[in-house]
Amino acid sequence: MEGFPILSIMMLVPLLGAIVSLFAGTASRMIALAATLVTFVLGCLLWANYEIGGAQWQFTERAEIFAGFSYALGIDGIALMLIMLSVFLMPICILASWTSVTKRVGEYMAAFLFMETLMIGTFAAQDLFLFYVFFEAGLIPMYLIIGVWGGDNRIYASYKFFLYTLLGSVLMLIAMFWMVAEAGTSDIPTLMQYDFPAGAQTWLWLAFFASFAVKVPMWPFHTWLPDAHVQAPTAGSVILAGVLLKLGGYGFVRFSLPMFPEASADFAWFVFILSMIAVVYTSLVALVQQDMKKLIAYSSVAHMAIVTVGLFAFNVQGLEGAMIVMLSHGLVSGALFLCVGVIYDRLHTREIERYGGLSINMPYYALFFLLFTMASIGLPGTSGFVGEFLSLAGIYQTSTLVALICTTGIILGAAYMLYLYRRVAFGDQKNEDAASMADISAREWVMMAPIAAVVLWMGVYPESFLAPMRADIAALDARIASAAPPSDSALVVGTPRDEIANAVECEGDHGATETGEGGDH
Amino acid sequence: MDFAASFELIGSELLLTAAGLILLLVAAWGGDKAARPIAILAVAALFGAGFMLVPDLHFGADGPDTLAFGGLVKVDSFALFAKALIYLAAIACLIVAPQFFDSEAAGSERGMRAEYPVLMLFAVLGMSIMVSANDFMTLYMGLELNSLASYVLAAILRKDTRSAEAGLKYFVLGALASGILLYGMSLLYGFTGGTDFSSVRSALSGELAYGPLFGLIFVLAGLAFKIAAVPFHMWTPDVYEGAPTPVTAFFSTAPKVAAVALLTRVAFEVFGGQVVAWQQIVMFTALASIVFGALGAIGQENLKRLLAYSSINNVGFILLGLAVATVDGASAMLIYLFIYVAMSLGSFVALLMLRSESGDLYETFSDIRGLAVTQPAIAWSLLFLMFSLAGIPPLLGFYSKFVIFQATVEAGLIAFAAIAIAASVIGAFYYIKFVKVMFFDEPAGVVTGKSGTAHWVLLFLTVAIISPLGYLLTPSLTDLADKAAAALFIAV
Repeated sequence: MEGFPILSIMMLVPLLGAIVSLFAGTASRMIALAATLVTFVLGCLLWANYEIGGAQWQFTERAEIFAGFSYALGIDGIALMLIMLSVFLMPICILASWTSVTKRVGEYMAAFLFMETLMIGTFAAQDLFLFYVFFEAGLIPMYLIIGVWGGDNRIYASYKFFLYTLLGSVLMLIAMFWMVAEAGTSDIPTLMQYDFPAGAQTWLWLAFFASFAVKVPMWPFHTWLPDAHVQAPTAGSVILAGVLLKLGGYGFVRFSLPMFPEASADFAWFVFILSMIAVVYTSLVALVQQDMKKLIAYSSVAHMAIVTVGLFAFNVQGLEGAMIVMLSHGLVSGALFLCVGVIYDRLHTREIERYGGLSINMPYYALFFLLFTMASIGLPGTSGFVGEFLSLAGIYQTSTLVALICTTGIILGAAYMLYLYRRVAFGDQKNEDAASMADISAREWVMMAPIAAVVLWMGVYPESFLAPMRADIAALDARIASAAPPSDSALVVGTPRDEIANAVECEGDHGATETGEGGDH
Repeated sequence: MDFAASFELIGSELLLTAAGLILLLVAAWGGDKAARPIAILAVAALFGAGFMLVPDLHFGADGPDTLAFGGLVKVDSFALFAKALIYLAAIACLIVAPQFFDSEAAGSERGMRAEYPVLMLFAVLGMSIMVSANDFMTLYMGLELNSLASYVLAAILRKDTRSAEAGLKYFVLGALASGILLYGMSLLYGFTGGTDFSSVRSALSGELAYGPLFGLIFVLAGLAFKIAAVPFHMWTPDVYEGAPTPVTAFFSTAPKVAAVALLTRVAFEVFGGQVVAWQQIVMFTALASIVFGALGAIGQENLKRLLAYSSINNVGFILLGLAVATVDGASAMLIYLFIYVAMSLGSFVALLMLRSESGDLYETFSDIRGLAVTQPAIAWSLLFLMFSLAGIPPLLGFYSKFVIFQATVEAGLIAFAAIAIAASVIGAFYYIKFVKVMFFDEPAGVVTGKSGTAHWVLLFLTVAIISPLGYLLTPSLTDLADKAAAALFIAV
């Protein structure tokens, strides 16, 4: 693979597909499917050729064709996994829109393919400004996807999505200019090793946080998400939840933590507090939703809060857990949106009350839905368990309190997901039309089965996914370890008592002497 | 310096003068029937004048060799860059004009008047003199030549009340601005005893007294009128809306380049030693233009009015580059100007293509509803142009903001840059409204007219420039802009 610009080609294939689709009308469905499948195959080649334990940055490409920044690509294990997630979900998104999108198909497919190019570019960019270009450009196709093919309130949602995320990112751009002026390079690997002055780190961290917190999204910057999700078409929601939210988490891993470790440590509690509120609050909000997509959207906010606490736990478990939660959430919430899409296509409503007893007439659908529900809750054997367990184990070492509160998210998660599942799949068949819906078609099988397989794979043998990232996470941990915030759950060595515990006092019966107080945490 | 060398330096101006005078005679005897050949010859003259700039532009020109007529005129790389941009913009505006004047959009006065291309030529000549001025007298001569031609151009549809109103407003406020500028110049002359830039500059060294400070402020205010920067922007929406659309396209591009270039030259070459005195004024004007341009645009129904506010907004960003007062800032301004001219031309050409069957022009939001369905090519072009104007990557409009903000941050004005960039989000609102109306709404289906090949070529050319392909231009563009900016900073 030496010298073969596979990353550029992975970006070029969907881009060409997008241009052709724009003019191809309904034939664009096949073109889009072919382009995304080719990209997926290239992605598999990428993974197969990625050398675990090799150089940190592989498949690097560099060309000085622009003024001001360079066209530099390259991936580490973390980027590899996120690229795999994107290229894996993309053909599924195209399939999900196969019959449900009937107007302006060419433009729709073009928007999705363009989106894929940008997502790969964002994860592969090795130049700060190139990253920004890809990161920000995603606004254009997503704005169109929500606005043209969205639901009734799509215009409000598209405006909110666009302006919210734009405002978040522009401040990051100013911070980038400062960093480049200070460090004299816009090369990301170099910047990741550059020590910015501690005073400046605070401001830089906040500027990056403004962008990533909106993308993740963290409470209280999450309000755009339910609107965008509810109004977007099914495939749009899948991409939004599956990949775009990961850009925020990726940003923390790639920029905030390694470039500003001291500021990250200073703000760790700020992130913890926002995440704790998010876990509890959005879970409770999810519990009372009547709209299926809104429920899943709120559950996304809660899950992403687990990601942020894992990232700011400053230890390897936390980081690994956060990465796995991101991958798992990308698959599971994407799949849940697909599940909603399947019945939405049949009945054109997302209201939970309109359904009921679907396990009677749609047994296979109910089966898949159940699997993804369990994965979302984090049942052992599914991907959700691995990620959440590692994240919580990581944060426990930093703060027991945060771990305690975030774990309630799992319980609440079980509550709202099971409650959703009961109302949709179990119980009486309340409505005739819902009761007469046909089970999933072959096309829907093809969409669901691969995700289900990967969810189980990640749940049973997460090593496949952790192995490429291990070295990078270790490097990141080494970079930030010195700044790690104090831990309240580390074992404290107590002072040994003077005599053995069951020693009998000779005089009187005062019982045992005072026991050591040290080791009770 | 002998006269031969001086004449050689102003070759392009001489060509334009000669062409303008000859074509004026042709127009006088040939009448409106000759309008088309005159327009073609005018375009040819502009092309010719443009070609004469190429060698110096390529190799760079600065220092004393660029001074002509004893320092009245300075034809350095900076002037050449601005001139090239002005000529290109003028050519584009001339090319799209005939179809407009021949259609119903021109009202009861069908047919392009023969004076139109001639007036354009004289306006361009005036701008050409403006940007190479090295003396307040030259400056004023160029400015007035340009302005007088522009007033007539705005009112060229004599029987159209909006056009006449635009011309009158432009004239009254333009004359006021010229008066303010002249007053400032006379104050400077009174306090320094000179009119050429270098002598005024050397007389202004050290602490600035109140007299010359007033002069400085009046000169800047007069020029701010010309570039339509807040708080001297009030004429812009009315003039842009009222003037015939090809003229509006012209106003929003070439004179803007000339006035910005002139302002930059005056700021650095005359008041270069007094940066502290004008930096805060320019910073305020820049921020106010960004904010008011964006806020003013939000409520507009008329697309030309909206683009007028958009141009105010863009001038704000250009002034950011001036406010940082560095070579990088000046270079960023020139890059921004180039990209702005491409975006602005593209937008107005697209507006000129919103025709009814009979050729009448549509210019409100309600007319372009659902344009993506009925006229996808125009709609997609406008989508690119609007996102580019909003500064969203990967379009080239992002690059223009990129260079400006990079220069601002590198000069240490971080808080200023942060406020300005946050204000730019307000502007994004109305640009995406454009896209919303064209793409999300139900089709109005009124835009059915056909447009000529020239329009399509220009539209695709500008869209190609602002598309991601335009980034491939950035190395050579940066090279040219750096040379031009460096020429400006060579101590006289």
